Amino acid sequence: MKTRILLAILAVVIAGLIAVPWVASYFYIFIFTEILILGLFAASFNLVFGYTGMLSFGHAAFFGVGSYAMALVLIHLEWPFLVSLLVSMGAAALLALIIGFFCVRLNEVYFAMLTLAFGMMVFAIAYQWRSVTNGSDGLAGFSLGSLGLGLDLTLANPAVYYHVVLAIVGVASVILYVICRSSFGMILRAIRQNPERVSFAGLNVRAYRLVAFVIAGAFAGLAGGLIAPFLRVASPELLHWSMSAEPILMAILGGTGYFLGPFIGAAVFVLLETWITSFTESWMLVLGVILALMVIFFRKGLLGTVLDWWMEVRK
Amino acid sequence: MSGIGSALLNSLDIGLLLFIIAVGLNIVFGVLNIINFAHGALYMLGAYLAFTLINIVGMPFWAALLLAPLGVAILAVLIDRFLLRYIYSRDVADSLLLTFALLLIINESVRMIWGSGIQVVQPPPLLAGSMSIFGSFVPTYSLFVIAMGLLLLAGLWYLFNRTRIGRIMRAAALDRDMAEALCINTRLVVTGVFAFGAWLAAVGGVVAAPMRALDPGMGDKIIIESFIVVVIGGLGSFPGALLGALILGLIHALVAVISLR
Repeated sequence: MKTRILLAILAVVIAGLIAVPWVASYFYIFIFTEILILGLFAASFNLVFGYTGMLSFGHAAFFGVGSYAMALVLIHLEWPFLVSLLVSMGAAALLALIIGFFCVRLNEVYFAMLTLAFGMMVFAIAYQWRSVTNGSDGLAGFSLGSLGLGLDLTLANPAVYYHVVLAIVGVASVILYVICRSSFGMILRAIRQNPERVSFAGLNVRAYRLVAFVIAGAFAGLAGGLIAPFLRVASPELLHWSMSAEPILMAILGGTGYFLGPFIGAAVFVLLETWITSFTESWMLVLGVILALMVIFFRKGLLGTVLDWWMEVRK
Repeated sequence: MSGIGSALLNSLDIGLLLFIIAVGLNIVFGVLNIINFAHGALYMLGAYLAFTLINIVGMPFWAALLLAPLGVAILAVLIDRFLLRYIYSRDVADSLLLTFALLLIINESVRMIWGSGIQVVQPPPLLAGSMSIFGSFVPTYSLFVIAMGLLLLAGLWYLFNRTRIGRIMRAAALDRDMAEALCINTRLVVTGVFAFGAWLAAVGGVVAAPMRALDPGMGDKIIIESFIVVVIGGLGSFPGALLGALILGLIHALVAVISLR
């Protein structure tokens, strides 16, 4: 009964998402595109944090590198969009492999510090390597070619781009969900709860952590590859540590214990941001206050709190 | 030869400044088992408070050196009493998240109050200008930073090894339950240590203010460097913080010398 209700809600939400461009103005198409992309970014972060128990403060590095890879490929090689997305994923996965190699062996505190430091390092490189990244201005002026797969779509049209993003985020989410539900995902959750015990069971905890970190990096890179054509620029801000704060907040906001938590968090986050930045510039201040309150009082996130309340009511 | 001499001296002042900040981070971690992500933000707050006291209120530098860290320490007591107390008994991740939230709040508040532009604090007249040492000119202020670092180093060593308060802090770091069983009010120790760490960060900020220009990104830069220092030296280790800070200071000076050539 419960699963049926949840599935029905999910189906309605998906149908609603598909229908957005036909019923909403451009303003809301942009907002929903952003929600989907950032939702995927937050979901990839949650694979590392919510499932594996590693709190990364440098997840924007993969997001940003994905967007830079997309911009570079579109400018210099002019490959089809889907191929460029694979390059974004690959570049981010490679970076995650390098950073993860050094970080996953460490305990929680060192992991947090080191991922933050690596994130800042990648930011500094993008900021200073002017010949490739165009420094603080970022890479702009790339044009979207064809989609690939022989489909003829004008990606520059926001409504079309929204549907492409929806399809890609949908496929990526299903893949992520399957990963989380698989035996591999169960081992990750076991590692979060008790790494020593998993290690006693004969499993290589470090290898599992690294694989999770690389998968999360790849999907963050995919999200980054989607955001560059959306913003029409790949800028160093996408790599900054304040960008790493966003998936953390979205995951906490929605609920780190649930697969859909980060998506709900992303939706609330983007809507709040749009609303709050319409009358004040201090969005980061509000962000900090919300994060502090969520951590102290609603650690299970909105989804967790609502589900708990629902269980309570049904008793 | 004189170039190397001044470079070494320069590395010493950066190193000792980093030590002041990193040791605060380390002390808080040792006793509270929390990595305070907002430590750099507190450093920045110290520097900006000093800016206000000196350039706007018109106080002498020395008064600001006394008052600004005190103000930050009081803020730290409030942070501890109203926010951190909820998460002491929880998972490490929660304390990282909460201090990260504090970092966002303090950073943005500084931007709101003092603006995103660059602010400059002049060194006090006594420490302006430069001195001749071993045939090379060094800014007098660098010597003050070095003296300040050595003074704090000696003071901290004395505090932790020779005083009752220091022993209580070490006991609380080693085994909090046992310390409690010995009638030590660990709640008070925790608040005190957090405030003391913030005080050290703010002292670093005031001392750094005339050396470096103030901008709202200064806290982020220093927190990364402090992380590197404590990772090199080992978390919670007092001599480690000194060693790590001196190594990083040396790297700073070497990079400066090489890039000048």
